[in-house]
Amino acid sequence: MAEIRNYTMNFGPQHPAAHGVLRLVLELDGEVVERADPHIGLLHRGTEKLAESKTFLQSVPYMDRLDYVSMMSNEHAYVMAIEKLLGLEVPLRAKYIRTMFDEITRILNHLLWIGAHGLDLGAMTVFLYAFREREDLMDCYEAVSGARLHAAYYRPGGVYRDLPDSMPRYEASKIHNQKAVDELNANRRGSMLDFIDDFTARFPACVDEYENLLTDNRIWKQRTVGIGVVSPERALALGLTGPMLRGSGVEWDLRKKQPYAAYDRVEFDIPVGVNGDCYDRYLVRMEEMRQSNRIIKQCVDWLRANPGPVISGNHKVAPPGREEMKSNMEELIHHFKLFTEGMHVPEGEAYAAVEHPKGEFGIYLVSDGANKPYRLKIRAPGFAHLMAMDEMAKGHMIADVVALMGTMDIVFGEIDR
Amino acid sequence: MSSNLETLSPRLQETLADRLLKLVERLGEVTIEVGAKHLREVMLTLRDHRGLEFDQLIDLCGMDYSAYGDGRWEGKRFAVAYHLLSVRNNQRVRVRVFAEDDDYPRVATVVDIWPVANWFEREAFDLFGILFDGHPDLRRILTDYGFIGHPFRKDFPLSGNVEVRYDPEQGRVIYQPVTVEPREITPRIVREENYGG
Repeated sequence: MAEIRNYTMNFGPQHPAAHGVLRLVLELDGEVVERADPHIGLLHRGTEKLAESKTFLQSVPYMDRLDYVSMMSNEHAYVMAIEKLLGLEVPLRAKYIRTMFDEITRILNHLLWIGAHGLDLGAMTVFLYAFREREDLMDCYEAVSGARLHAAYYRPGGVYRDLPDSMPRYEASKIHNQKAVDELNANRRGSMLDFIDDFTARFPACVDEYENLLTDNRIWKQRTVGIGVVSPERALALGLTGPMLRGSGVEWDLRKKQPYAAYDRVEFDIPVGVNGDCYDRYLVRMEEMRQSNRIIKQCVDWLRANPGPVISGNHKVAPPGREEMKSNMEELIHHFKLFTEGMHVPEGEAYAAVEHPKGEFGIYLVSDGANKPYRLKIRAPGFAHLMAMDEMAKGHMIADVVALMGTMDIVFGEIDR
Repeated sequence: MSSNLETLSPRLQETLADRLLKLVERLGEVTIEVGAKHLREVMLTLRDHRGLEFDQLIDLCGMDYSAYGDGRWEGKRFAVAYHLLSVRNNQRVRVRVFAEDDDYPRVATVVDIWPVANWFEREAFDLFGILFDGHPDLRRILTDYGFIGHPFRKDFPLSGNVEVRYDPEQGRVIYQPVTVEPREITPRIVREENYGG
C-alpha cells in the first residue's frame, strides 16, 4: 500500500474566491483541511504609518480605502476619535446624516457580501439582483460627495456639506430614448431625501427576492448549514465581532450597547443567530438589511423636518463658509491655517469604535499635540475574523473553505491596511 | 463610554493593588499601566475576576514613543497597548505595558489568555520588532517575505530602504536602494498651549 501523506495546497492569491489577495496555505488530508495558514499582507500599504506624516484632515480619504465596500463607516470611526480628543460637539443634523449614511453603507456592504457569497457557492442570480440595488445607493454617495466609492464625506466636526436638493439624472442616449430615460428618472425628480425615501419603500421587497433565491434553497442550505460552527464562548475568545458574533447567539451591538451618533434616537432590533454556522450568519445579515432600512426611513423623516447646520462652527477644526472667508479677515486666516498647517489635536489618546458592517471597527489615536497624529492604530474586524479561519476550517472540506471565506465577509483593504 | 465607569476605576485599584503602576481616567476611558513582569497575572485577573470579566481582547498594538512630543519623551521606548472589552459588563479598559529593554523589547504573550492575540502579536512583532515571549508562531505577517527592519519604528524612513524593479539585463525582479528623495509637504509642528487664542 502506498504511503499516505498530507498534501499542502496554495489557495490564492489568484483564486476568484480568495476575495482579493489572500494566499491561503492549506494542509490537506485527502479533501479534508487539517490546517489553514492565511498569508496576508499582499495589500499592505502602511496606512497607519502614512497617517503619521499627514495632517488629520488629509488622512480622511485614506480611511475610505481601508474597507473599500463600507467607506463611510471607516471615516466615521476616524472622525469620532478626533472629535473625542478635541472634545468637539457635532450638530444633531450631522449625527442623523451620519447615522443614515452608516446604514446606507451597511446595506451596500451586505449587498456586495450576499452577491459574492452567493457567487462563491454557485448562486449566480443573487449577485445580479444585489448589484441592481447597490447602484441606487452608490448614486446617493455620488449625489452627496461627488464620488461613488471613496466619498471623504465625514469630516471632524460634522459632514462636508448638507444633503443636495436634487439627484443626478439619466440622459437620453443611443441605448435609452427619452421615454425610457423618463421612466428611469421617475424617482429622481425630487430631492435626495425623496429618492432615499422611495428606496426604503421598495427595498424590503428586494430583500424578499434575495431570500426567495436562497433561504429555502436546498443547495444553499447544504453548503451553509452546519459549516463553520462557532460556540459563543469561542466567538468571544477569538475576537469575533459584528454579525460573526451575533450569528453565534451573543447579543452585542455597539449601536445599542454603546450608542454613538443618533443611534439612541432611532428604533431598531438586533438579530441574533442560534447555531453559529454560516447559515445563521447569513440570516443575521439579511435581517440587518431590513433593520438598516428601518433606521434609514426614520432618519429621512427626521432630516426632512429639522434643517440646521451640518458641521461644527469651530473654525479651528471645520472650514468657514466660502462667503465669510472672502469677506472676513479672521475667517480667511482660519481657512488658510486649517488647509496648510491643519488642526492641532490636544495631547492624549482615544479609542473610538463603530459598529461597522463587518464588526467592531476601531481607531486608536495617540496625539502629542502636533498637527499630525503621533500614532494611529486601525482595529479592523476582518483581521480577527481571518485569524479564526484556521480553527473554523479544521475538519471541513476544501469547498467549505470558500463558504467560510464568504461568511467572514473578507475585504483585504482593511485586513492588510 | 460605559455607565459603569465610576465603579470600574475603584474596582481595578482594589483588585490589582500594587501591581497597578498608574491609572488614568480621561475622555471616558480608563487606562492602566502595569509592569512587564506582572503582565500575565494582571491579564488573567482582568479576564477572570468577578466584576471585571474582560472576555474580549479587541485590539493589541505596538507603540514606539521615541519621537513623542519632538524629543520630550523620557520613559521607555516601546510599549504594547491592549484594548479589552467586557461584553458581560459593557465596559472597556486600556492596558499599557512598557518593554524593559529598549534595544531588545520583550513582553510576555497573552495568546493562551485570548487566542485572538496571536495575529495581533505577530503584527506588533512585524511592525515594531517587539518580541512576545511564549508566542507559538512569531512570524512576520504584513510585510513581504524576507523583509528587513521594522517599518513602524519612528527611525524607519517613510519611503523605506529598498525598492523593487524589473531588471531587463538579468531578466528578473531585483531589489535596490530607494531612489526617491524623502520629502515632507506639511511640516510637523507642536504648538505651545493657547496658540492663536
